[in-house]
Amino acid sequence: MLHIVLLGMNHKTAPVALREQLALSCQQHVSPLHLIPHLPHVDEVFFLSTCNRVEFLFTCQDRRIAIQEVKALLQNYLGNLAGNLLDLHLYHYEDLDAVRHLFRVSSSLDSMVVGEPQILGQIKAAYREATECHTVRVILNRLLHKTFSVAKRVRSETMIGSHAVSISYAAVELARKIFGELRDKRVLLVGAGEMAELAAEHFLAQGVRHLTVTNRTPERAFQLARRFRADTIPFEHFVDDIKMMDIVLTSTGAPDPILHFQDVKSRMRERRNRPLFFIDIAVPRDVDARINEIDNVYVYDIDDLQGVVELNREDRNREAQKAEYMISEEITKFQNWLNTLDVVPTIIALREKAESIRLNELQKTFSQIPDLSDKERQAIEILTGAIVKKLLHDPILFLKKKAHRDTKQLFVDYTQQLFNLSDGNEVDSWSLTDEPADVKDETKILKNMNK
Amino acid sequence: MESVFLVVATLCYCAGSIGYLIYLLREREAIHRVSWLILLIGAIFHGGAILLRSLSMGYLAVTSSQEALSFFTWVFVVTYLLVQLRLQLRILGSFVSPLAVLFMLLSRLLPTDMIPKSGVLQSGWVVLHVSTLFLANAVFALAFGAGIMYLLQERQIKRKNFGYFYSRLPSLERLDRINYICLIVGFPLMTAGLLTGFAYASFIWPSPWNWDPKEIFALITWFIYAILLHERLAVGWRGRRAAWLAIFGFSAVLTTFLGVNLVLKGHHSVFVR
Repeated sequence: MLHIVLLGMNHKTAPVALREQLALSCQQHVSPLHLIPHLPHVDEVFFLSTCNRVEFLFTCQDRRIAIQEVKALLQNYLGNLAGNLLDLHLYHYEDLDAVRHLFRVSSSLDSMVVGEPQILGQIKAAYREATECHTVRVILNRLLHKTFSVAKRVRSETMIGSHAVSISYAAVELARKIFGELRDKRVLLVGAGEMAELAAEHFLAQGVRHLTVTNRTPERAFQLARRFRADTIPFEHFVDDIKMMDIVLTSTGAPDPILHFQDVKSRMRERRNRPLFFIDIAVPRDVDARINEIDNVYVYDIDDLQGVVELNREDRNREAQKAEYMISEEITKFQNWLNTLDVVPTIIALREKAESIRLNELQKTFSQIPDLSDKERQAIEILTGAIVKKLLHDPILFLKKKAHRDTKQLFVDYTQQLFNLSDGNEVDSWSLTDEPADVKDETKILKNMNK
Repeated sequence: MESVFLVVATLCYCAGSIGYLIYLLREREAIHRVSWLILLIGAIFHGGAILLRSLSMGYLAVTSSQEALSFFTWVFVVTYLLVQLRLQLRILGSFVSPLAVLFMLLSRLLPTDMIPKSGVLQSGWVVLHVSTLFLANAVFALAFGAGIMYLLQERQIKRKNFGYFYSRLPSLERLDRINYICLIVGFPLMTAGLLTGFAYASFIWPSPWNWDPKEIFALITWFIYAILLHERLAVGWRGRRAAWLAIFGFSAVLTTFLGVNLVLKGHHSVFVR
């Protein structure tokens, strides 16, 4: 029996520290997709890691062993952390629940900021990586394409996206509560990334006129500066320039904090204690959490921003319900497709058998009548093809229709017996008895051809 | 007549407070406007009462603790009404108006002992001394209200725990700015008030400084605000510390203003009891 399983942790189930560690180890090691050889019981696998979540989606036959394998892999990543800690923060969905979770994630219903637009792009990027590694095949391929269309549908048919509320928006709101007027404030963008750019855009839209960009690779900084008409400063001494800034957005990929308690503490007097607001979008965190203890300094990391988001969430709940309904609809559709999957091998076998009989008979006929013109041969080929197709049309339709019933296995078995199809494991020993000699021969030929 | 006016004023302040508390719950412009008007009416009646009393006495009616507190409340409310016109900081009304009601009720409880009519009260110095100091105190009371608001808001942002007031309170910078403006306006007024007091003292007493409890406490209060001003201008103090010092300063104001009158006796009781 085929299973779709999803293991993961998000901002609701795991603290930022644990997600940080997982994101970090994924960065250090190669992508987990390359580790598929370590997962012998997993068929297809898709891996998503963003700053708010880590999701491991896979298909398998024996879910118990497969789940154990994946957990062992994650455990390996997290190193010395106790096993029960992982179990504590990991959620686990199977089959249609897994599908529902994936649809919800892609529609941004499960996001820290419901309706934020980045998640779909992140899933698409992860999917691209998975296809490059050939870890997704029939089922996950179909599932992910379905996921994209569900997300698109939710976005266009509900108001969830149009609220344009995102983490960066929440950060701007917070800045307003600290500074009031943002027009004359100086914003420093440290590091670049989808999220940080979005936040910078929000600040510019709110009237901020002084934006400065810094990045480890200067080229990227210049690129951003051109786009936002901002200044740049060298990354090496941006810490010094903090004394002139009011709002600092950090989003670098650094494994350790790049701003420490003393860096900020020692510069507060110089800036005459004017408030300083750090928005740390990076995972792992860029700003030492202790900096928040300094007077007139406020540090918000990605988890903290949740609190601000919570405030204007209520009016989106109604739209979210609409989206949930859509997702339920789409799940039913996907389930139907999954069900037809069980009858697909039989249908293929049926077609193959008919085709091989046709080709075989054509060969015989053509060898008995050698002086046929090409045109006549072509006509006979088309004729036989049409007969086979029309003859099989009804049985195939019948199978597809029965695929949604619980009794489908019965019909699959009957079809296989009726047409004497071999479906891999099932040995058609009974077919060797009580049969006319010529049918027996044909079966043999067919088997040879299949080989 | 005069007591009727006072009762009407107190009732108006109560109604204004209720209005402002409702405003705190549902932010409607209309509720604020009505509350502001009610406070204004209260202030007019209150001012009328003070005027009537002063006319009948022949000097500014601030000679009993009750009158003093009542007069202070009036200055406080008028200051708020004016500040509101300039700064548009509506939520401040929710802090000011209940404080006004509290002071009004408190003034009813205070002793009404009259001091014997005396010539020393009928001087321009007294009017100048009292009006500048009371105005300073009213401004410091506003700073006190803004300080409490600042601490509430700062705590929510710092602890990342957003409660009821988060969306209603103004930004930290704004509240800190009010603290600063109040200090800049209040400190010179207070200095002027103390100087006129000492000047007048040197006329009627042998020395301007007589180690009177009122004088000592007044000087302590002055020093607190002087420190706050100095730290703000020279070191760049702001925010939480400034808010705490404004609250501390105002409690010193209250001690000087009421505590000394009621508990410690001194020669200042020639003027007020």
